[in-house]
Amino acid sequence: MRHELDLSCEKSRLADLRLFLSEVLNPIGISEIAKNQMILAVEEVCANLIIHSHGCNPNDRIHLRVHLDDNKIIFEIADSGLAFNLLEYKAPDLAEVVRKKKKGGLGIMLVRKIMDKIEFENNNDKNICRLVKRLNYK
Amino acid sequence: MLEIMQIKDEAYTTITLKGEVDASNSVELDAAIQNAMQSGSKNILVDGNSLEYISSAGLGVFMSYLEDFQESNINFVIFGLNEKVQNVFHILGLDQLIRLVNNRQEALAIIYEA
Repeated sequence: MRHELDLSCEKSRLADLRLFLSEVLNPIGISEIAKNQMILAVEEVCANLIIHSHGCNPNDRIHLRVHLDDNKIIFEIADSGLAFNLLEYKAPDLAEVVRKKKKGGLGIMLVRKIMDKIEFENNNDKNICRLVKRLNYK
Repeated sequence: MLEIMQIKDEAYTTITLKGEVDASNSVELDAAIQNAMQSGSKNILVDGNSLEYISSAGLGVFMSYLEDFQESNINFVIFGLNEKVQNVFHILGLDQLIRLVNNRQEALAIIYEA
């Protein structure tokens, strides 16, 4: 099963993103905690793109595809423009976050902890970030 | 959608969060904490009973004040988080850095012990 969402680059759209993901993930029978974690990880990647790659420009768009397999879920987040490769991003440690009173950096840490695999692809002007979550409830 | 209510009692300030905190509204949470600090409160409680969601933007706000709380001897306690939201704090180990308790009674006990 495949689900798609086109999202304009505004922070106010993050609530719509959560609603979409919640509806997609509802039927697969995972716990509320697992569902919330996946929604959070996808939102963190999208929020990063919206804020840092697209400067909250509502004319720019992010395209999200969700593939539901029997044993895994793949979230594909595509955008064009300035690439943000979260695999290359060096996340700060918690002590550094506290010391520098930084308000950022935690999002990428969350994505890394929650997802089983993170892939990044860059073709010409198109960037794809692929998040994979294995389902092992069976 | 996020609603923030702030009540200053004699001994403590309670910030009640209702709804969802994300990158679109975390500045409001920031302003509420700033406000509570400026009002001179030495005890700040966050009522998370009606907090349905938090992303890193909200976590980052709490984190950015931890040093200030320490320097100004402010007790900061979050209470009543649901399992889902508490899990998000737990993923990053923030429950080791921020005091999270089950309910208002436990939060007040911490304040009155201190």
